[in-house]
Amino acid sequence: MIRIEPREMPSKWWTIGIPIISAFVAILLASIPLTLAGANIFEAYRQMANGIFGSTFAFTEMLTRATPLIFTGLAATIAFRAKLWNIGAEGQLYLGAMAAVAVGTGLIDAPAFILIPIILLAGALSGAIGMAAPTYLKTRFGADEVVTTLLLNFIVIIFLQMMLEGPLKDPMGMGWPQSEPIVDNGVLPQLLPRMRIHAGLIIALLTAGLVHLFLSKSIWGFKIRAVGENPSAALHAGINVKRTFMGAAVVSGAIAGLAGVSEVAGLRGYLTTDLSPGFGYTGIVVAMLAGLSPIGVVISAIFIASIFVGADTMSRAIGVSSYLADLVVALSLICVLIGGFIARYKFIRTNKGNV
Amino acid sequence: MDILQILLTESFWAATLRIATPLIFGVLGALICEKAGVLNLGIEGIFVAGAMAGWMAVWFGFSLWTGLLVAIFVGGFFGLIHAILTVPLGLSQHVSGLGVTMLATSVSYFTYRTALPKVSSPPKIEPFQPFDVPFLSELPFIGPILSQQTAMTWLAILMVGLVWWVFNRTPLGLSIRAVGDNPDAVDAQGLSVYGIRIGSIIVGSSIMALGGAFLTMSAFDSFFFGMVNGRGWICIALVIFASWRPGKALLGAILFGAFDAFQVRLQTEVGAFLPSQVFLMAPYVLSIIALVIVARRAEYPRALLKPWFKGAR
Amino acid sequence: MMKNTRVLSLENISKRFGSVVANNSVNIDLYRGEVLALLGENGAGKTTLMNMLFGHYIPDSGSIDVLSFEGQMEPLTLGHPQASLDAGIGMVHQHFTLAENLSVLENILLGSEKIWAWRHNRSNARDKITKIMNRTGLSAPLDEEVGKLTVGERQRVEILKALYQEVKILVLDEPTAVLTPQEADTLFENITAMTKDGLSVIFISHKLREVLAFSNRIAVLRHGKKVGEIPTSEANERVIARMMVGEETIENPRKKMKIGSPVLQLNGVSSKGDSTRTSLNRTNLTIHKHEIVGVAGVSGNGQSVLAKLISGLAEPDSGELLIDGKNIKYFSPKEMQSLGVGRIPEDRHHDGVISAMSVAENLIIERLHDKDVNNKGFLQNKSIKKNAEELIEKYDIRGPGIDANTALLSGGNIQKLILARVFECMPNLILANQPTRGLDLGAANEVARRLLEARTRGAGILLISEDLDEILELSDRIMVIHDGSLTEAIDLSREAIGLMMAGEKA
Repeated sequence: MIRIEPREMPSKWWTIGIPIISAFVAILLASIPLTLAGANIFEAYRQMANGIFGSTFAFTEMLTRATPLIFTGLAATIAFRAKLWNIGAEGQLYLGAMAAVAVGTGLIDAPAFILIPIILLAGALSGAIGMAAPTYLKTRFGADEVVTTLLLNFIVIIFLQMMLEGPLKDPMGMGWPQSEPIVDNGVLPQLLPRMRIHAGLIIALLTAGLVHLFLSKSIWGFKIRAVGENPSAALHAGINVKRTFMGAAVVSGAIAGLAGVSEVAGLRGYLTTDLSPGFGYTGIVVAMLAGLSPIGVVISAIFIASIFVGADTMSRAIGVSSYLADLVVALSLICVLIGGFIARYKFIRTNKGNV
Repeated sequence: MDILQILLTESFWAATLRIATPLIFGVLGALICEKAGVLNLGIEGIFVAGAMAGWMAVWFGFSLWTGLLVAIFVGGFFGLIHAILTVPLGLSQHVSGLGVTMLATSVSYFTYRTALPKVSSPPKIEPFQPFDVPFLSELPFIGPILSQQTAMTWLAILMVGLVWWVFNRTPLGLSIRAVGDNPDAVDAQGLSVYGIRIGSIIVGSSIMALGGAFLTMSAFDSFFFGMVNGRGWICIALVIFASWRPGKALLGAILFGAFDAFQVRLQTEVGAFLPSQVFLMAPYVLSIIALVIVARRAEYPRALLKPWFKGAR
Repeated sequence: MMKNTRVLSLENISKRFGSVVANNSVNIDLYRGEVLALLGENGAGKTTLMNMLFGHYIPDSGSIDVLSFEGQMEPLTLGHPQASLDAGIGMVHQHFTLAENLSVLENILLGSEKIWAWRHNRSNARDKITKIMNRTGLSAPLDEEVGKLTVGERQRVEILKALYQEVKILVLDEPTAVLTPQEADTLFENITAMTKDGLSVIFISHKLREVLAFSNRIAVLRHGKKVGEIPTSEANERVIARMMVGEETIENPRKKMKIGSPVLQLNGVSSKGDSTRTSLNRTNLTIHKHEIVGVAGVSGNGQSVLAKLISGLAEPDSGELLIDGKNIKYFSPKEMQSLGVGRIPEDRHHDGVISAMSVAENLIIERLHDKDVNNKGFLQNKSIKKNAEELIEKYDIRGPGIDANTALLSGGNIQKLILARVFECMPNLILANQPTRGLDLGAANEVARRLLEARTRGAGILLISEDLDEILELSDRIMVIHDGSLTEAIDLSREAIGLMMAGEKA
């Protein structure tokens, strides 16, 4: 007979090991759909690895792909630490992108070192409002933020379509619904010549460091953690729970907004309706895989980005649908959940009659 | 632009029922899970899976009703995953549900894309046809509206009655209502909390899948990516609006369907003045407003979102 | 007199949770028609033992035999409440196992019909329950939603549930914790009547007085072991107290003190709190420095709103509340803290500590803006650590260490943590809400000692407790709360206070 008991204190090895093991289990499980799709497993995995490590370009592509995921992963991390379920990062990302384009396509004429911060600020503010509104509805009316942030995503995307066919439309865009390009002074600089990797990565890494610092060492971070673990005890102890939620919401939304700015002003140069293939939602998996640790988010984002980039290459090479990547990401989430359970509990085999 | 005019046309109400049907299934399914104490955010993905699986069964030659059975089975399968993660393992219901949605969606998309290569227009099947009920179709006004509905809509309405009966008139329903309020009460009476919850989630998820299947097998005749488009999430909001009651769920779904049908018609009337996107936004905005209105007084099942472990007293 | 038949036998029952031994080779026998009291302080293992009898836990070793309907002693299938119910064992838990959204009838029906039946058979059930109610004198409104019933009524529903299942052995876990003295008397009268019908009863208690008054036999548990068994006719308070604790109990003398200026005044305060619980109705209350005022009453009569008001979690709808003579306009926990109000909450796990955070963190959680904790918005880890080390020493908080999760501490140590947090701030007014609930005698004593110390130092203390003995021991003045109104008790006898708790004039 097996008995389950809570482990006294999950050791550090488990905390780091679980996400890594979950990631590998997920990749291994991907072999099932691969086989069912009739692909040669070894060839498939080889192509995936090729897509990530095959060349410098491949590697930097992977990092470029990881950049928005670091942002959305951080956004999810902050919110989820407060048990504030921000599922609206996708919408907040687009809000940030729209603000960047509104401000950065010629509205303001200034040198780069002034314009870029303004664009970043506009994007962050826009994203912040995108999360502040549902959170306000939660604190004031008790409206569950899971549903409101989810529905808001759809509203924002439709709003985006409206903007791109209206005020933000590029008159020189030959009729396509896209925005004007960001002016040269507003573009985030490239990091390496002839590669697409851009300064957004640096900003993302800096943000990760700041989030880590504030979450673990500041009073503000303490309040967020307390409210997330036990809001009634936090309230009883004198912490302003509503204000803490709003604070987490604003920062979370702002960082998600920065993801949009980074993609528009660093990578694409202009805004279209398909700027994000679900970065907001994937960010949730990034955060969970990282165990809600800001530093872990960087690693986790790199891993997930590798999956996507690798799957793209594999898909082009052997014709298997690149939806496999989404499948692996979903499996990672479920594996890390189960893994977290295994880490928190220990299994004891007992013989009947003995203690 | 006469509002009354629109409301009096049969095609408006026929459209209302058509839009409401998948929502009825979804709200009933979510309601059953939540009444038992578990939030099932896998609904959006289960809709996709039900839509894809049911359609594909028909595509490969099985009958429409067999297709529905396949959808039910697929929904139950994903429901089982969510049930295992949330009931005996007691993991976060939010994260598990989102994971199931991602899994169900990606599996469905991958399977569809792998089985059917890219073509210019999506392949079609022969969907459910409008169903003529002998006596009822003679009735004035209501008759033509009802006879435009397919068997699935009738199934949805019957299901409302069935769910009501089970909850209020059977011992099984009593134990589900009890387990969502106080699992200890159920355990102390010798019943299995795990069993009741897992069973409820599986059944609820199967019903959700029918909502998705309606889209590809009745409303339309093909499967395309992104077709569910948030309907699952709207159902989650509507459950709260319906106070977890089957009758109110039917009402809420019809009201919502009416509003959606209305804005489509409004668009053709007023379309020149407002961009079409404003109308497209309307269902989502409406759901949020509905949620905010009822949130304060909503009587959530007391044990919702709280994991329960055997022997943890 | 005929030798009584044995109906139940627990043999060498042992149970361990991790490193904690809850029960150590316990042997208990029960005979037909008797009332056996299982006595022990909080944490002695009484509830765990009975939980195993009822199938909530599986013993690590040992066996349980029950008299079957055919008259043979047969082994009980362990770990399944259904098996225990089938064997005729019923349990009224300390924390009621009722579904509040269902009616009384539905709660009783739950689990008693075949689950796959197509419809209920309510009329049969109704008849059967009515017969039981008539026979035993226990009544409850069958079609009322349980959520609307009083605590006493809910307990009756619990007992009716068991009787409906035709139990032969009934276990009651701390049945009088939620009753007035008079209601407790009535309950035991009913029980005695039922034993004449052949029902055998085990009741769990930590109260010496009621064990002596209401049982035929007493079994005493201490630290998981049975340390003694005695027919009640041969027992007295000192003897069983000694068995229960193992040594002479420490008395906390309460010296008479001269009271000072008022620290708390409620003048005509009415408040709904924000829930559906009983609201406060034009209450008046004054607490002075150097004084402990005890509020006696059955849970559910307005205590939670009173506690919420003083904690800053609720506002008065009318009337005024003064702290140290200052009229409070703005209510928040932070505000109350800054005015020198210390709060020991009723539910220490839910409101008192954050289990996932460390001991050190929980110790400073109310002081996040103090200079030694907060330096320009950042945590001062060194001084937080030092503070924690000092306090666990001073308050004897035992656990794996200052960085350990608070969840790993025992109930008593968590309470000591809360005491440390509250008392170190030298509060003027202390709200102690059920401060010794669930604690063993050692920890309970510690709490009482600290409260008396604070009183000597000059604090005014509001003590809310269901334990009438505790109120009588510690309070300088006693108020009784009933249906939202506070009345001062002049006659300090248990009977008089008991009547006031039930809303009747003494």
